[in-house]
Parts: sequence; C-alpha cells; structure tokens
Amino acid sequence: MNWFSLITATSFMPVPATKESGDVDNLYIFLLVSGLISFIILIGGMVIFIFKYRRKTEDQKSAYITHNTLAEFLWSFIPFVIMMVIFAWGWSVFHDLRRVGEKGDVEVHVTARQWAWTFKYANDIEINSPTDKKLLDDPDSTLLKPEIVVVPVGKTIRFILTSDDVLHSFYVPAFRNKMDAVPGRRTTFTFTPIEKGDFTVFCTEYCGTKHSNMMATIRVVDGEQFAAWQAEKIAANAGANNKGPAERGEALFKGSLGCSGCHSIDGSRIVGPSFKGLYGNKRDFADGSSVTADDAYIKQSILVPTAKIVAGFPPAMSSFQGRIKEDEIKDIIEFIKTLK
Amino acid sequence: MAHEQHNYLNHQKGIWSWLTTLDHKRIGIMYFVAIMSFFFLGGVFALLVRAELFTPGKTLFSADVYNRMMTYHGAIMVFMVIVPGIPAIFGNFVLPIMIGAKDVAFPRLNLMSWYMLMIGAAITGSTLFLENVDTGWTFYTPYSSIKTGLGVIPMVLGVFIIGFSSILTGLNFIVTTHKLRAPGMTMNRIPLMVWALYSTAILQVLATPVLAITLLLLIAEKTLGVGIFDPQLGGDPVLFQHFFWFYSHPAVYIMILPAMGVISELVATYSRKVIFGYTAIAYSSLAIAGVSFLVWGHHMFVSGQSEFAGVLFSFITMLVGVPTAIKLFNWIATMYKGSIRLDAPMLFAIGFMFLFTIGGLTGVYLASTGMDIHFHDTYFVVAHFHYVMVGGTLMALMGALIYWFPKVTGKIYSDLVGRISWVFIFTGFNVTFFPQFILGNMGMPRRYYDYLPTFTELNQMSTFGSWLIGTGFLVGLYGVIYALLKGKEAGNNPFGGKTLEWTTASPPPHENFESTPVLTGGPYEYR
Repeated sequence: MNWFSLITATSFMPVPATKESGDVDNLYIFLLVSGLISFIILIGGMVIFIFKYRRKTEDQKSAYITHNTLAEFLWSFIPFVIMMVIFAWGWSVFHDLRRVGEKGDVEVHVTARQWAWTFKYANDIEINSPTDKKLLDDPDSTLLKPEIVVVPVGKTIRFILTSDDVLHSFYVPAFRNKMDAVPGRRTTFTFTPIEKGDFTVFCTEYCGTKHSNMMATIRVVDGEQFAAWQAEKIAANAGANNKGPAERGEALFKGSLGCSGCHSIDGSRIVGPSFKGLYGNKRDFADGSSVTADDAYIKQSILVPTAKIVAGFPPAMSSFQGRIKEDEIKDIIEFIKTLK
Repeated sequence: MAHEQHNYLNHQKGIWSWLTTLDHKRIGIMYFVAIMSFFFLGGVFALLVRAELFTPGKTLFSADVYNRMMTYHGAIMVFMVIVPGIPAIFGNFVLPIMIGAKDVAFPRLNLMSWYMLMIGAAITGSTLFLENVDTGWTFYTPYSSIKTGLGVIPMVLGVFIIGFSSILTGLNFIVTTHKLRAPGMTMNRIPLMVWALYSTAILQVLATPVLAITLLLLIAEKTLGVGIFDPQLGGDPVLFQHFFWFYSHPAVYIMILPAMGVISELVATYSRKVIFGYTAIAYSSLAIAGVSFLVWGHHMFVSGQSEFAGVLFSFITMLVGVPTAIKLFNWIATMYKGSIRLDAPMLFAIGFMFLFTIGGLTGVYLASTGMDIHFHDTYFVVAHFHYVMVGGTLMALMGALIYWFPKVTGKIYSDLVGRISWVFIFTGFNVTFFPQFILGNMGMPRRYYDYLPTFTELNQMSTFGSWLIGTGFLVGLYGVIYALLKGKEAGNNPFGGKTLEWTTASPPPHENFESTPVLTGGPYEYR
C-alpha cells in the first residue's frame, strides 16, 4: 500500500502501535480519499452551478428538466457499491480487532471503577491507575499521573474488562481499539503490540465527575524487560505482606478499593467526606442524628453506605459488600485511626 | 393600503386570544417564541462549555458544574430545540397552507401539544434550580439510576412529557396530510416540505413511545428499586442503550428530515426551477424513515454486544447513506441550468449542503465497524453529529425563517442582515467543529472536563469558533426585531415561490385562503 504513504492522512493519528492498527489506518486513508473525491464532486458541482447559472436578468428562464433515469440510477448504485466495500472492509478490520474468545499469551483482569483502573495479572501483580500524584505542575490541572502497566512486545495480550459500578470504556488511541467495561459482564480487549513505548489509556464512556482523569499508561517492552518487571513486582508484593495493618489499609485505600477516588485524607472535599480526624469524632447526618465514629460505624459505612448519610454529601457510594474481606475492613480502620 | 387587511394576526386580539388559539399559524408562532428561548438557553450553555475548555485544567468551573452544563446543553438542544424545531414551528405554519387546508386536522390537539412542550420544559428546567443533573443527555444507566442524584427523575419526567408533545404533533400531521388536501392535490403533488414532515411524523408516532417507556422504566428503577438496568439489582445496563437508541436514532432523522424538506423548497424557489427527481426525493424521505428504525445498534459497537450484531447494524446503516446521497444529488441537479439567486435563504441552503455533506461522509466512517472502534465516543463523533444536526438543522432553520418570514408577518427580512448572519454562522461552524475531527483523530474522548496539553490549540480554535456562531445568531435575532419594526411590506409572493402558500395573502387570512384552491399540476412548475 505504498501509494497511500504519499498522503499524510493519518498524520494526526497517534503512531500505530499494534498489529491491527495499521489495518485501521489503511481503511481510514481509503475513507478519507474516497470521501474527499465525493466531496469535491458534490460541492464542486454545486459551486460551479452557482456561478454558471446565476440569475443575470430578472426574467431569466430556467430549463425544464424533471428527471433523468440513467443519472439517478448511477448516483444511487455507485454510492451503494462504494458503501458495500467500506462495510466489508470495516467488518474484516473489526473482526481482527475483536478476536472474540481468543486466549492471550498474557492475560490481565482489568476492573474499572469511579475513577480508576485496576490491572490484575495472573500472578497477582496488581497495578492501580492513576496514582494520587498530579500529572502536571499546573495548579489548575485536575489530571493525575497515570500508573505504568507493562506488557511484552510481539505477544497477544488479552485484557478482560469489567466494572465495579457504572459504564466505563477502555480506549488506547495508539492501538485504535476500544471496549466498554460493563458492570455484571465481562468484555475483552485483545491486541498485539509491535511498537515499544508508552501509550495512554483513556476512559471514553462518561462516568461522572472525574471521567477525564481516568488514565493509565501501557508500557510495551521486550520480553526480558517484562520478566524483570514481573520479578520486581512480585518481590515488592512479598515485602508488602510483612507490613503492619495500617500500611496494608493505606494500600487498600489508595489501591484496589479506590477509596481515594472519593475521600481525601487531608481534610479537602472531593466527592465524599474526608477521613482526616474521622476516628473517635462526632459525625452529623443528613437526617439530623449523629454518632461518634467507631469501628462499628466505619464497618457499616463500608457495607451499607446508605444507612447513615453524612450531612452535606450525596448518597453516592455503593456497597462494598462482597468486594471486601473482614480482615481488609480491619486494616482500613487501622489506617483511618492514623489520620489525626 | 388604506384599509387594513383582515388576517390571522388581527383576527382576534389580546394575550388570551393567543393562549387559547386553535389557529395553526398562531400556534406556530408560539412554538417559535418558546423554542427560540430554549435555543438561547442551550446556546449559552454551549458557550460556557466551550469557554471552560479554552485551557486544560480548571478554567472557569469545577468538573461537576461542567458536567451539568454539558448535560443541559445536550438535553435542551436535542429534546427542546432540534427535535421539535422545524416541524413544530414551520411545519405548523406552512403544512396546512401548503396543502390548501384551513387548519390541521385536530386544532385542539395542536394547542395541547404546545402546552405539553411547555409543561415538560418547565419540569425539566426546574431541575436547574432544584437538583442539577450530570448524566449527559443520554441518561446512560447505571450512572443515572444508582450513581447520581434524584434530579434525574424530574428531568426525564419532563422529557417524557415533551415526547408526548412530539407524538401528538406527528399524529396531527399524518391525519392532516391524508385527509385535508385541497381538490386536485394528489400525494404526488404535495410539496417536498410536506413529504419531509409526513415522514418525520411517522417517526415521531412510532419511535417516541419507546423513549417514553424507557424513561418510565428508569424512574421505576430509581424510585421503586425495580431491577431493570442496574446490575446490582439483577438488571442489564446495556438494555437501556438498546431502548434509548431505538428512539434516539430515528430521532436523528426527526431532526434532519424536516431540514431536508426546507432545503428542497429553497433550492427550487431560488433556482426558479422545477425540482429534479421529485419522486426520488419524496420517497427517499420515506426510505430514510423506514431504515432508520433498524440501525440503532451502530451506537453500540463497543458496548459488548456481539460481533454479529455489530456487523449487521453496520450493514443496515450503510443503506441509509444511499437515499441521503440521492437527495444531495437531486438538489444539485435542480440547480443545473437553473436561474439561481444567492439570497440569504439560498446561502443557508448551500451552507446546509456543504456542512451536511461533511457530516454525512464522516457518518460513513462511523458506520464502518473497524473504523468506528477508534472514533467512537471521541471528539470525532462530536464533530460529526454537530455537522449533521446543528449544521444541517440550524442552517435550514435560519433559511426557513428568512424565507417564510414575509408570509408569517407580512414584512421582508433584511437580506443583508441575513447574509451577515450567514457569514458568521457558516464560518463559525467550521472553525468550531472542524478542529474537533482532528481532536478525534488524536484520540481526545468526548465529555472531557480536562485534557492533555497536546489538545490545547485545537480546543482554543474551537472555542473561538463558538463565539462566531453566537455572534451569527445574535445578528439573526437582530434581523427578526428589525424586520418586525421596520421591515418593508412583503406582498403575497416576494420570492416567486410556486407552492400554495405563496398564492394567499401575507399574512394569510384566518382560514388561510379566501376560497379553496384547486390544483391542476405539481408543486414546482417553473416553465
């Protein structure tokens, strides 16, 4: 497809980084060229007629042409044929992008939630993205630094997507691929990277306040680097298991449970109330009652968040029942105790 | 004229005579005032949304406020402006006159439709003051049903009532077209505007009830906890998308078919030429209406629906392209060997064809499954549907306004003001929305409050363009006020139109015609 390279049609697209993305770009170039030609025929014709048949005198007559069967057949049939080509081509590309049921060389379970992604590898390596650090120095920026997810080049990678709460959509522009993460369902996002480098993941299904900062970075490396990265992560995990309950609680807070998406630990207001100075202090509720925050109250808030709504906040949290273990609740409470 | 003419405007006097009127012409004007007020509000939200996006990060508002403005911009523009727009305003005014009828078939139902739009809009609008909604105009579950506030309930209740307004108007137009045509006006002699409104009416009657039921189910889930869409209650969130787009895709054609009707009238009149391929244009409207029911799944290529469903919907969607292309070719063929005058309405018609061609061609990209995966839910889609719906519908609305203004008011709309307005709106649309195609190529998702710095320049261009559009519509509004106060007397047929509305007085008498017209030929006999 060398003659296509004469046109820098895809110059605004990110570098195609997977085996499939080059095919998408070829289709794109065909669409662009055929669309441009159609546009020139239609609008060019229109502009020529405007000037050529402009009314020069007030009594100027027009021709009386009601129809022309051959012309009408042609301009119905030719677009039909072109559209069938585009349909079939699109289908073939789509089939390669979807690869339903195909197992990957590397399989990662990806869970979306407001407003973060959790990537869980088969060997329990877990990455949560974005981090809680700002992406840019700009004080107005609301974007958080994406965490890095590593995959090997040249292998088939399958991400198995689901969502804990609402619809999200997993989109990597450089891969030309996208798939919704649907609560209660599993969908897959399969790709074969051919370029090494860092590629940004966006969320493209509107999911609430922080929809736009739900990013991650997929880093494509060669096989040895991938193995080294995995070994390093496993070692770090082993270290984390030796930590005390408060540290484990902190990891859960920032990590897979995603509490930090809605609750701050420095007193600032995000979506829900801050955890700073929570333990042992009085909480006022929307119904006028109040209670001193203790173990029982915190546990209830995690499992049945709508039981007591803190005054001034929406009842936005969904239950963690079934998603959190008894030990983990204890760790979280230990962590909250440290937030004086 | 020394002796003032008796017409529908001075037939009765006082505000009460307007609020209880059964005259389709007065109801058309009431729709105009109401819908233009909504348009102003939706436009202000659009300008605020674009202003926020002028720089990355927080520019003016917090993310929550942005999400709400984005929601209201979409909901107001879709449900209260573009869907009712041309059929309710111009359809009401010209449809009965164009077929030689005294009024619509059910004048009381017509008035009721207006009140339902008002009540629905009031309920939806009340959420602006009670509890803002931040779901986006599509109300996707489970975000709308479990994760956001209770404002969603009055919001969709309002939309539900507005939907009934739409159904009743459609019903009225279908019966009117079938039963009240003047002697000699066969279905193959009705003006193309009427064909377009008739096809639209079929869509309104058949598709809107699905939206109504869907919204009721959403309310049931939110208030009673019935598990329909929420997976935590055993529901299916994707089911909502199926229901929603089963209405909302045909709704796209509810928005665009009337605009196409307007363009057919404008091109014939300002080319002073018999329309090319009358039958093809008329029946392509019906074809578009029919096929549009079977394409909703192209909004869901990445929703997790099966690959087979995606491919099937892609195929049927491609078929819609054919009747659409036929219309464009026919309009251009009408201009061939015509006697063309570039008055402001014709400029708007040409602007329509320009923008709609870009919108239509980029629609083919999105209909093609393999390509759509990349562009789905990015700014490419935002650009595409604004080119089609806003560029298309609003261009036609402005063209229709200036074209029929003399018939409605008896005054001529200043052509110069119309042209200035056109320059601003047409340039503004392209400056606003063309960069969004490129943003989509680069991968910027839609409904983003904040974005990466690489997207900055194109967003700034887009925001700048939005100011041009805003200016253009303000100029258009000035033109209306100026024409009402100081416009020249129009006469019955200032532009040399051939359809029936140009044979009666401007403004028309209370019952449209002094004596019932009798037809002996087609609508565009320029010989």
